[in-house]
Amino acid sequence: MAVTKTPPETGAGRAAGGDRGPVNRRRARATAGSGRMAALLVSPTLVVLAIVVLYPTLMALNGSLYGAKGLDPKTGFIRDTEPFVGLQNYADILGQAGERFWNAFWNTTFFTVVTVGLETLIGVGMALIMHEAFRGRGLVRAGILVPWAVPTAISGLLWRWIFNSDGIANALIGQQILWTTEGFQAKVAVIVAEVWKTAPFIGLLVLAGLQVIPKEVYEAARIDGASAARRFWHITLPLVKPALLVAMLFRCMDALRMFDLPYILVGAQKHSVETLSMLAHHEASNVRFGPASAYAVLLFLYVFLIALAFVRLLGADLIGDVGADTHKRKGRRLRIPALRRAEVTS
Amino acid sequence: MKTRITRACQCSAAFAAAGLLLSACGSSGADGSGQTGATSFEGRGPITFVSGKDTTGTRQPLIDRWNKEHPKEKVTLIQLPSDADTQRQQMIQNAETKSDAYTVLYLDVVWTSEFAAHRWIDPLPGKQFPLDRMLKPVLETAKYRDGLYAVPSSSDGGMLYYRTDLLKKAGITQPPGTWAEMKSACAEVKKLPDAKDMSCYAGQFQKYEGLTVNFSEAVNSAGGTVTDGSGKPDVDTADAKKGLDFLVDSFKDGTIPKEAITYQEEESRQAFQAGKLIFLRNWPYVYSLAGKSEIAGKFAVAPLPGLDGPGSSSLGGHNLALSSFAKNKATALDFMKFYTSEETSRYFLKEAALAPAYAAFYDDKALVEQYPYLPVLKESILRAVPRPRVVQYGDVTASLQQEAYAALTGSKSSAQALKDLQKDLQQKSAAQ
Amino acid sequence: MMLTAKWRSGLLYAGVGAVVAYCLAPFYWMLVSSLRRTSDIFDTSLVPSSVSFENYRAVFDPAQGFGRALLNSLVVAGVTTVLALLVATFTAYAMARLEFRFKRLILTLIIATSMFPVVSIVVPLLKLFTDIGWINTYQAMIVPSMSFALPLAVWNLTTFFRQMPDELEHAAMVDGCTRGQAFRKVIIPLAAPGIFTTAIITFIAAWNEFLIALSMTNKPAMQTAPVAISKFTGATTYETPFGSQMAAGVLVTVPLVVMVLLFQRRIVAGLTAGAAK
Repeated sequence: MAVTKTPPETGAGRAAGGDRGPVNRRRARATAGSGRMAALLVSPTLVVLAIVVLYPTLMALNGSLYGAKGLDPKTGFIRDTEPFVGLQNYADILGQAGERFWNAFWNTTFFTVVTVGLETLIGVGMALIMHEAFRGRGLVRAGILVPWAVPTAISGLLWRWIFNSDGIANALIGQQILWTTEGFQAKVAVIVAEVWKTAPFIGLLVLAGLQVIPKEVYEAARIDGASAARRFWHITLPLVKPALLVAMLFRCMDALRMFDLPYILVGAQKHSVETLSMLAHHEASNVRFGPASAYAVLLFLYVFLIALAFVRLLGADLIGDVGADTHKRKGRRLRIPALRRAEVTS
Repeated sequence: MKTRITRACQCSAAFAAAGLLLSACGSSGADGSGQTGATSFEGRGPITFVSGKDTTGTRQPLIDRWNKEHPKEKVTLIQLPSDADTQRQQMIQNAETKSDAYTVLYLDVVWTSEFAAHRWIDPLPGKQFPLDRMLKPVLETAKYRDGLYAVPSSSDGGMLYYRTDLLKKAGITQPPGTWAEMKSACAEVKKLPDAKDMSCYAGQFQKYEGLTVNFSEAVNSAGGTVTDGSGKPDVDTADAKKGLDFLVDSFKDGTIPKEAITYQEEESRQAFQAGKLIFLRNWPYVYSLAGKSEIAGKFAVAPLPGLDGPGSSSLGGHNLALSSFAKNKATALDFMKFYTSEETSRYFLKEAALAPAYAAFYDDKALVEQYPYLPVLKESILRAVPRPRVVQYGDVTASLQQEAYAALTGSKSSAQALKDLQKDLQQKSAAQ
Repeated sequence: MMLTAKWRSGLLYAGVGAVVAYCLAPFYWMLVSSLRRTSDIFDTSLVPSSVSFENYRAVFDPAQGFGRALLNSLVVAGVTTVLALLVATFTAYAMARLEFRFKRLILTLIIATSMFPVVSIVVPLLKLFTDIGWINTYQAMIVPSMSFALPLAVWNLTTFFRQMPDELEHAAMVDGCTRGQAFRKVIIPLAAPGIFTTAIITFIAAWNEFLIALSMTNKPAMQTAPVAISKFTGATTYETPFGSQMAAGVLVTVPLVVMVLLFQRRIVAGLTAGAAK
């Protein structure tokens, strides 16, 4: 859809450039004041996010400090106000409901590590294959989008059908495994379905990363006599690392919030596949918005920590912080001759 | 909202003044009429009717007829997703935002208590509806604490489907009335060469609402209870254990095939239609579908069997309720009368095979000809026990599924499961 | 030890075959299921014994409003993508090219905000939108969709812009371009595969959004495709219309793939061929 605006001639591209005009002049005057310009460029995003996320998030944060509305035994009606309970919801989750919470916590973590790991392997493999020139590449490239384009709810139904007790999965392996009952096989079913659906996500982003690497870089390396494996490890991987890391980061975030797939494929309240999001959903659907918000906040904290760790560990590649300079320069030196040529052709 | 708070206050003030009046307050809704003063059914104009998807395409034509007769009080049908949990979630969201977008709600029978206790729906004037002509167990599902909060629109009950051809071949003339008879009938049938790979019985045992239904039916059919009349848990009993043991033992000895632990309604229907089952517990909807399948003409229905005699079914079905936050409640009340009238029920039974709440239809000759299962269904509904009528139904059904599933999969003994269930339910009712 | 060209291409096509099989086998099952008759939906033969379009007819039954739902999805996902990419381009440019304080914090914040479970933000949003009369409008679906579309777009674009060396821009600026022009005329075309991919991914994410679209609308004319699919049922409450759900799944997926195919031929192939040759 939005691709219509990517070529420079189209409206959106021009608008973006046009708006940036005055900003650039200002920057030209005060190079040191790039902070101001950055603020200007970054603020639209922050404003939009503040409106759509900050407000509801703060509401949820506040809500997590209130308990569920109680039943008044005299009238038989639920009271109108939610009692303020402070951090009691959190204490309950970690204490009283601790076993269930930690089970969901480990399930969530397990799913995230395993699925993101597998998706990375498969996704990078896909990208490397797709990067080669062959006939019908465009068609195949659109084809690998299919799993990602199938809505999660439908994909959950599809896999439930495949993993049915009389379904095609059991027909193919020739024995009857009850995938949707409690047990490790339920975890396997969820992982298979999730990896199928999202490996193309990583594949596509890595492929895009590969495509913006100028060919000359490879050619130079090939002339140097580097083996395919060495070329991959020392040239390709470092160059696509940022794209790969961002893809992995988003997959991690998404996997940590996994809900629809285990819920539809295996079902609610199955300990083997219960995730933190499912716990939050369970509380919310029983009209206990306080505890539901508390679960959501805990999950949010967990996700935030992981995101922070990602940014901290890999900040160098992602945003080019101090300390990353040497690394960056190395990469750049490699690229320069290639790009000179690119300039000439463009 | 304001009027409700005042009403509650008046009540407690009265209590303070004279303890005697408390009982008057509590029971004022005995027939629903006591509370009519609190809700004023005022305002006429357009309203909405909120239900799951109009699966049979019969709801809209009916509404069209209403709209033709009431051009100034038009009803718009809002269709929610077919999944019951999502329907409930949307209705709750609407209530939480106090939106007037929804007027008349099509509620699953098990939601009545929760919606009434939250005051998301209004108490209704029972005298304005022909309640005395409805089946009593069905009517009970529309009440909360003796107040009428909804009007039955359709009902549903479990029945035992069985293979007439096989039973006849094995020389059995009567469908089984007890579990023991069912098992011995299976033993006979399985001696037949073309039935030796079949399983005896299945219901719905996946961990979802259907398990609550099947577990409660087993417990009730053995003379036990899950919750008593006032909603107090009473499930750790010898009778309840006999009921649960029937299911547990059937899984163990293969009477129920092991894959039935993954069955919902559709999987079990398919298994029955594919000739894998001799007996099946399911809802009336199976009747017409199986009639179009390979086993057409080879099956019939009977009331659910029990331990010592006929068993009891769980009740399904839907009631109409009026959203507390709606406008034009006078129109809404009229529409509810129209929609739950005997004439409408006849229409839904004929066109959509929806089981009516009215007793008379079950004995109507012409209708029985069209739906031969009606007499069986009536028996099923009359003997039915409602699922626990509690405010936190979601929690209760979750506990039931949790413990029943543990017992069926063998990770807990049935005695332990019932003991834990009793404890869990007590904790939950205390927490309210 | 060089592989011969023949071996190499053989290996390549085997790899391509594996990728295609991996991605399409379950989808094929979906297609096959959607073409079965309702009565033999439990069949496990790899080819339907008799092809039937009854499920597709059911999906396009005018009462389902599926055509309209597809159009709504297109509007919501399309506008979300365009807006997200527009706003994200500014931010990503700053992230990739400017040095400023709190960059790391801002990037973390941007991604963290998108992580709050939708189920917890939908009730506050619903209250807000009810108050300002946004129920049953496109913006009520588009604005919340920005919460996940924008972070996705910002992060991906930042990466792709960073991959473009500064020298290119500098060279263009020496030639008399302003910084803005240099960015627009040099960086954006070169980063096109990245931008295009970001657009696809954002579009699909928005296309598949369900809970918000369901909560913010109650008119059939405004529902999106995933919402419409959730309303597919059989003739009774218990009957699962598996076949028509699968048919709808196919119908929701295929337009996306076709669209991607058309656009990528035109744009990516052209651009990458010209620029990064």
